[in-house]
Amino acid sequence: MIPEIGHLALIIAFVFAMGLAVIPMWGAMRGNSAAMNLAPTLALGVLVFVSIAFGMLAISFLNDDFSVAVVAANSNSLLPAIFKFSALWGNHEGSLLLWVLILSGWMAAVSWFSQGLPSVMVARVLSVMGMIAIGFLAFSLLTSNPFERLLPNIPLDGNDLNPLLQDPGLIIHPPLLYMGYVGLSVPFAFAIAALLGGRLDASWARWSRPWTNVAWGFLSLGIMLGSWWAYYELGWGGWWFWDPVENASFMPWLMGTALVHSLAVTEKRGVFRAWTVLLAIFAFSLSLLGTFLVRSGVLTSVHAFASDPERGLFILIFLALVIGGSLLLYALRAPTVASRINYTVVSRESLLMVNNLVFTVSTIIVLLGTLFPLVMDAFSLGKYSVGPPYFNAVFVPLMALVMPFMAIGPLSRWREDSAARWLHELLVPGAAVVVFALAVPLLFGGPFNVWIAMAVLLSGWVVMGVLKDLWRRLGAGSGYGLRWQALTPSFLGMAMAHLGFAAVVMGAVVVTQLNEERDLLMEVGDVELLGGYRFELTGLSRQAGPNYMADQAVFEVTQGDKIIATLVPEKRRYFASGQMMTEAAIDASIWRDLYIALGEPIEAGAWAVRLQFKPMVRWLWLGGAFIGFGALVTVADRRYRRQSARHTATVAEATGLAS
Amino acid sequence: MHPARKQRLILVSLVVMLSSTAIGLAAYALRDNINLFYPPAEVVAGKAPVDRTIRLGGMVVEGSIERSADELDTTFWVTDYKASVAIRFSGILPDLFAEGEGIVAEGQLDEKGVLIATQVLAKHDENYMPPEVAAALEGNTPRSAAPYQP
Repeated sequence: MIPEIGHLALIIAFVFAMGLAVIPMWGAMRGNSAAMNLAPTLALGVLVFVSIAFGMLAISFLNDDFSVAVVAANSNSLLPAIFKFSALWGNHEGSLLLWVLILSGWMAAVSWFSQGLPSVMVARVLSVMGMIAIGFLAFSLLTSNPFERLLPNIPLDGNDLNPLLQDPGLIIHPPLLYMGYVGLSVPFAFAIAALLGGRLDASWARWSRPWTNVAWGFLSLGIMLGSWWAYYELGWGGWWFWDPVENASFMPWLMGTALVHSLAVTEKRGVFRAWTVLLAIFAFSLSLLGTFLVRSGVLTSVHAFASDPERGLFILIFLALVIGGSLLLYALRAPTVASRINYTVVSRESLLMVNNLVFTVSTIIVLLGTLFPLVMDAFSLGKYSVGPPYFNAVFVPLMALVMPFMAIGPLSRWREDSAARWLHELLVPGAAVVVFALAVPLLFGGPFNVWIAMAVLLSGWVVMGVLKDLWRRLGAGSGYGLRWQALTPSFLGMAMAHLGFAAVVMGAVVVTQLNEERDLLMEVGDVELLGGYRFELTGLSRQAGPNYMADQAVFEVTQGDKIIATLVPEKRRYFASGQMMTEAAIDASIWRDLYIALGEPIEAGAWAVRLQFKPMVRWLWLGGAFIGFGALVTVADRRYRRQSARHTATVAEATGLAS
Repeated sequence: MHPARKQRLILVSLVVMLSSTAIGLAAYALRDNINLFYPPAEVVAGKAPVDRTIRLGGMVVEGSIERSADELDTTFWVTDYKASVAIRFSGILPDLFAEGEGIVAEGQLDEKGVLIATQVLAKHDENYMPPEVAAALEGNTPRSAAPYQP
């Protein structure tokens, strides 16, 4: 009964989404305010019924209702309750339901927080989101119904959740990532609504901006958690693989980074309008493309649940409709002539344009590397794979290129600035950074590492830019005390994100350069030295978990006379699937991780073991968290609360064309 | 020149310069870092190059896994049911590596036709087969292993 209620709720949600896509849009076209004002109610309706469907599926999982196909395939009676719940989105059908749930959550949030906006704008935005919801609800109902029953042959027990996914990281990684992915539909909907209404102006950018920041912040956090999960759960100690599925989430992030910065220019200066709209369209299109890549089964990956081609085709058609439709609308309605260039080459606008260029080009580079194998395969030109060296060779120089400008950006003035002033502001910090860059690599010992020096130079430069900006805003040295009120949430968020970026770069370079790794065979009593630490295998044992049996190895790690840690890596065999799983043991700290993973037993008493010393690897995720939370902090800014319809202009006015 | 036009010229040349540099870099990097996939039958037929990295995939032949006693060297054979190729790998194999399972190995062929692998990838869950392997096996007659089933 419960799955049927869920199925019915999903169908009702679909009907609400149809209403949402049609009625307010029609109202906006005809100026019928009753129809427009229905939008928030209809959006709420979608949320309520999708929530019911989600709840019913959750109940089926928690109650071990193995008559439901998804539950039978992805859960097991021995599975701990929390994993039974997260197993809901550890599969294709359930994760799609989570997608729709989050989309309807965003719709409800938009209708709640946009009460100060013109109702015609709200109506159009929610309608566009309703159309997206139609697409995904139809996808769910037609090709991936999560409530399908296995009748009359109900299995006695389930197949179990893939052990890789039985992890706390998986409880939060997908929802956060989806918050970001799906959240990009909000700036997309705002962009489409603006194109439809011909209102493409500074106030549109101000409405869209906080949503973009939040979505981008969640996306950052989701990607960061995914990287962390891969690090400790896959047992290789790697943190980024340029796997096509990672790229699928990384491309919207790169595009979103450009969008976040371009929106700043549009909001403050009213320029880059057409470009910003295009970025909003591309960012969401890339998150749809990501969904297609991950869900269609065209890729070899952890995320590729076995699936059928019909689903891929559905998303491909949906993708073509969304991208084609929005680009057509763009071609018809976007300002045809770019706004007058009323800024000079030496200005904040130009610096932000550099950001936009670099991040757009980076997106194209990643897209090229990700789609190349698929395109070659589609035309039967061979089965290629593009390795990490390609991405590194292109991506690293691009990031190095943007960093010198990152420090200047926040200090620069809009419209017109002078290089002499930049030099004046940054000469002393710049000199300090050069000294750091020469000194810091020596602290790591060993030969002078040029790459680390480069990383210190660039990251230090970015940090100096932030500190100098902070100093200036506080009015330090002016003799009038510190102006704490100058530290707006906008500024703090930006500062956090930039510092986070610098931390990610430092972590990435240091761990890549100084990582030590050894695969070897060890017996009880064997000792190995690595990274200045002594690893001794002191014992082996066997331990039963709730739904698995684990072989454990006990390692004593010492440095000189000091005991650093006792690490217990495991090799688990899960009962239900018989699948083997490596559970790495990690001693984590801010400056280094010690990482031990078990391979396999080679002969009686001897194990294949992987020991790793990973300096500063934590900086990657700490930096990622700073970026994400920084973006979230910006929405507390007061100017987003005073959302009014003032200072608006139509496209026609903006472009100087009479409509 | 008109100042506005000069501005635009500078901006456009900046865009063109950056994009062409990036695309040049990308093309260069792509040339060296794409690896073509070969099924065992093509390797045995001598169609695979010897001096560059390739990917090879198929089912691990039952009973073919030989481990060195004191090191982490492993030798095993993979097959597409038409031909088999030996693979040598030194290091830790993935959890789901086993006889009769589909794998993809990346590495270079030596003069004896053995693939010296730098990486071995196995599937990530029980029901999932690397698409390359599924395609390589298609049309051949698998005796024991179940074909790719969604």
